Amino acid sequence: MNSLSLDFESITPSIPFILGGIAVTLQFTALSAVIGFIFGVLLSFCKISSFKPLYWFGMAYTSVFRGTPLLVTLSLIYFATPQLTGYDISGFQAGIITFSLNSAAYISEVIRAGILAVDRGQTEAAQSLGVRYQPMMLDIILPQAIKNILPALVNESIALLKDSTLVSTIGAQDLLRRAQIVGAEKYVYFEPLLIVTVIYYAMVMILTVTSTFLEQRLRKSS
Amino acid sequence: MQDLVKQPKPVAVKIDRLYKSFGELKVLRDITTEIYQGEVVAMIGPSGSGKSTFLRCLNLLEMPTSGTIMIQGVEMTDPKTDVMAMRQHVGMVFQHFHLFPHMTVLKNIMYAPIKVKKMPEAEAENKARDLLARVGLAEKANVYPSKLSGGQKQRIAIARALAMEPQLMLFDEPTSALDPEMVKEVLDVMKVVSESGMTMAVVTHEMGFAREVADRIFFLDGGRIAEEATPDEFFKQPKSDRAQQFLAKML
Repeated sequence: MNSLSLDFESITPSIPFILGGIAVTLQFTALSAVIGFIFGVLLSFCKISSFKPLYWFGMAYTSVFRGTPLLVTLSLIYFATPQLTGYDISGFQAGIITFSLNSAAYISEVIRAGILAVDRGQTEAAQSLGVRYQPMMLDIILPQAIKNILPALVNESIALLKDSTLVSTIGAQDLLRRAQIVGAEKYVYFEPLLIVTVIYYAMVMILTVTSTFLEQRLRKSS
Repeated sequence: MQDLVKQPKPVAVKIDRLYKSFGELKVLRDITTEIYQGEVVAMIGPSGSGKSTFLRCLNLLEMPTSGTIMIQGVEMTDPKTDVMAMRQHVGMVFQHFHLFPHMTVLKNIMYAPIKVKKMPEAEAENKARDLLARVGLAEKANVYPSKLSGGQKQRIAIARALAMEPQLMLFDEPTSALDPEMVKEVLDVMKVVSESGMTMAVVTHEMGFAREVADRIFFLDGGRIAEEATPDEFFKQPKSDRAQQFLAKML
């Protein structure tokens, strides 16, 4: 019995295929993070709005996405879209949509807290100069809010990166999915999974270090 | 009394039956008065007398519960008035400065003229540099506010407000958050501003400044203007008991 010995040799030809998943995972995470952020900003504006319908929309939206499992929304969008619209949505597309919508809900909470934490005096100073709401939010309040919540935003993208493995369940060829494919082909599961585990950990570490670095720099500058 | 009759100056701000409540708390009760063009009014009074609230009502940072405020003949309290457009003409300086921390000093001053008045950038910069020189901080143009002392921050805040070329300047306890040795530099700048003919309303605890620079004193007590007088009258012989008690504590 040599059950503990690892057999990387038989999967060596498949390693480039597995590594190709890095690009898919990163693309997926980056796109969802960017779209989620933009949508999250808009949602956070809804939540601090004094116009009640907007406020309710923002709150209900967040409630739904926080209150449902990501895998459920993902499956829902993947399987319901073709049935409802006839459009044959790819796993990658369904993933981007779900993760953008989902992370927008979380990011909007972070941004809302960040906006509320900006000194009220900043709003008053802007108002007293005759600066209207939109430029005030974009040029004065938001930059200060984002600065304070930058570490939290990086953490959100770490969560997004790890959750991205869920798209493997609907056939998108991300890192995890590729490891599973190789495992099924060669009947070796442990080695490919070990490889992608190390890769995921390395990617998360890079983001964590970035987050710590940002935090320290921000602390210094304020 | 004859003084008031022969006042030739036009009215800059007219306040009529102004009330302000925060819930149950009545902060301002029936304030009716006028501030004349080019005049410096010092608003003094014990804490809780409503002087800051009164000042903040003038540019509608606080919404009056009732009453009217007219600035340069425009009724601020009319719902149809574009308050944001009016605020361009009313500069305000806060106790805690409220400079924009993510912008350099120069950008702080240039921002509103460019954004609100649509002034070309080069013109705004020239103007900002002029103002910086006027408040004695020309060399700080590219510095961020966090690197400035309290007195310097307040001088920049004054320059930022002046950049909009307001017709009226409101000062809300501009020296109360400052270390004592920095009070003078800010008061000196305010004095220069007043000498340029600016209409100013100043909430202050600096009795020396009120006496020397103000044309009139509003003494507020319990949400009312208890006394309106020239500094000479007020400081030599205040009429009300409350003002006498207040001055006894302050001087």
